[in-house]
Amino acid sequence: MKKITDYFRWLFNSGRGNELLSKSITTLILASGSILILIPFLFMITTSLKDPAQIRSDSMSMLPRKPKTAEVLGKDEPLYRVIFDGQTQELALIRKMPEGMGQFVEPTQPDIIHELKINDQKQLYRLDIHWENYPEAITAMPFWRYLGNTLIVTFVGMFGMLFSCSLVAYGFSRFRARWLNLLFLLLLSTIMLPSQVRLIPVYILFNKLGWVNSLLPLIIPQFFANAYDVFLLRQFFMTIPLELDDAAKIDGANPLQILMYIILPQARPALVSVGIFHFLYAWNDFYEPLIFLHTRENWTLAVGLQTFDAIYTINTHLIMAVSVLMIVPPILLFFFSQKIFTQGVVFSGIKG
Amino acid sequence: MAFPSIQKMSLARREELAGYAFVIPWIIGFLVFTIGPMLASLYFSFTKYDIVTPPQWVGLDNYQKAFSGIWDAIRSGDPRQFGDPLFWKSLQVTLYYASLALPLNLIFSMFLAVLLNQKVPGVNVWRTIYFLPSIIAGVAVTLLWVRIFNPRLGILNPFLTNVFGIKSPPQWLGDPEWAVPALVIMSLWSVGGSMIIYLAGLQGVPTDLYDAAKVDGANAWQRFWNVTFPMMTPVIFYNLVLGMISTFQYFTQVYVATSNSLGGLGSPQHSTLFYNVYLYQNAFRYFDMGYASTLAWILFIIVLILTALIFRSSDVWVYYEGQLRGRG
Repeated sequence: MKKITDYFRWLFNSGRGNELLSKSITTLILASGSILILIPFLFMITTSLKDPAQIRSDSMSMLPRKPKTAEVLGKDEPLYRVIFDGQTQELALIRKMPEGMGQFVEPTQPDIIHELKINDQKQLYRLDIHWENYPEAITAMPFWRYLGNTLIVTFVGMFGMLFSCSLVAYGFSRFRARWLNLLFLLLLSTIMLPSQVRLIPVYILFNKLGWVNSLLPLIIPQFFANAYDVFLLRQFFMTIPLELDDAAKIDGANPLQILMYIILPQARPALVSVGIFHFLYAWNDFYEPLIFLHTRENWTLAVGLQTFDAIYTINTHLIMAVSVLMIVPPILLFFFSQKIFTQGVVFSGIKG
Repeated sequence: MAFPSIQKMSLARREELAGYAFVIPWIIGFLVFTIGPMLASLYFSFTKYDIVTPPQWVGLDNYQKAFSGIWDAIRSGDPRQFGDPLFWKSLQVTLYYASLALPLNLIFSMFLAVLLNQKVPGVNVWRTIYFLPSIIAGVAVTLLWVRIFNPRLGILNPFLTNVFGIKSPPQWLGDPEWAVPALVIMSLWSVGGSMIIYLAGLQGVPTDLYDAAKVDGANAWQRFWNVTFPMMTPVIFYNLVLGMISTFQYFTQVYVATSNSLGGLGSPQHSTLFYNVYLYQNAFRYFDMGYASTLAWILFIIVLILTALIFRSSDVWVYYEGQLRGRG
């Protein structure tokens, strides 16, 4: 015994023991915290696979499940685990009686009735996974239509953003002109601008153009660059050595060719990370689609799902099924591009 | 020809023109989608405008609607005497949320970042898990949390009752007292977004500073408080500014959580009537574009003032490494 305490004393007094202790505490905290993070995800997935009856009556269980039953005299009766005569047995509850008592029988011997308190016995469940919730949810709303709209807004917008932001970032990173610095400061100042201060006239403008209730208000502005992405790309372009430009210039390349053949290939990681961020933004965006899209056939997934909730709010299993489908693409994208992702965040976070 | 041909121009002049040419997409976007609309909404804020009929000049009426009665109300202490009580309610809700969410977010994300900056086994797995919620923020996640908070169907209250023995846990989104705290809890779940920024900041702290502190006999807490924290103040500052601005634009979560509930948008009893939600209501439910523009400009000015305040105060408490070098 003394040896063990001596050992611990040595462990904690030496630097190594201290480090070990702090590392295990850290891991413990991280592990318990990550359970808190993961439980909601788990709840979302398991709820999407539940029977609606379970959601209403048996909310305590995370797992999609159903009472285990056995056939007694031609009827399905719920099974309980009962400790009886010092043995555990699976008995069926055939009748509830006053004061919380119940009549239990062994399914094979329905004539021997045991009267026991119901609450003392453990009800048995079996796993009950409803995959059909997914096809049901997809057909209950114009899912493919919403998905199509979301993909158009996301990818056409992403193309427009990459196209315009590359041009503008190139302009701000490679040319000397009297007003460019001032313009760049102006650009930066718009990062902080709350969008509400320009949204109403923009809405009125699109309304006059007849574009409200089409996807155009969500796509067209992307072709005119935005401060955030221009800033990120410009910062990256600045790190590309000027010698490369000079070499191309000597070979007779014009600025557009330099952008296309020198800068953009070098800036692939920055373009990819800006593109990923745009995907996440456009995929999850709710505010602008809500304002600009008025009829069902034009909605994106975000608005479609919210409205689906308005109509089908009791059908939690269907709502959660669509929710799962909606978070899968961002999560997949995240896992496939994790490195670029975190670098991009670091880049935007710190240099910003 | 009035203009010199491209060939005759000097190299510098050609470079200048090329520079302007490349930034033209942004200049057009800035004029059409930013500065033009901003000026237009400033104009609309002095009008009565419902989109259908042309705007009618009403002078300061909209501003008066928002601010009138303010002195009476302060004197009597009765907020119902305000010209537009809902405007003040929305300001109060927004500031209340900010006062809870911003400090808690700072503490949690900083704490996690410090832990995740250590060389523990599986650190990349932990980082991934904590970062995950922040990439899927939006409608799906809010619908999920609405169900977690649901007193009858959710998992939170059974958990509180069975594990912590809380007899009557709050009704969360159904209770005016608890609706905002519920939204704060929801926001803390996605704390990973700011955590990753702090983590990047921590990785930028030079290790020789820690070594020096160790030599001087500083313990872990002293090393954090005297080395890490001062080095992190610029990042904290950055997150604080952006967090505050985004609180004033908080919308999606409230809309999704409350618009399908019994009391409607901003319920219960206007306890989740965030500033941006109230602005949306005026603009796109009542089509009172004049008043909504007024609210937008008041928001703009609030954001300007708060940003300026933080920038000013940052001289006192934000530490930039370069300054130290400058002072020697």
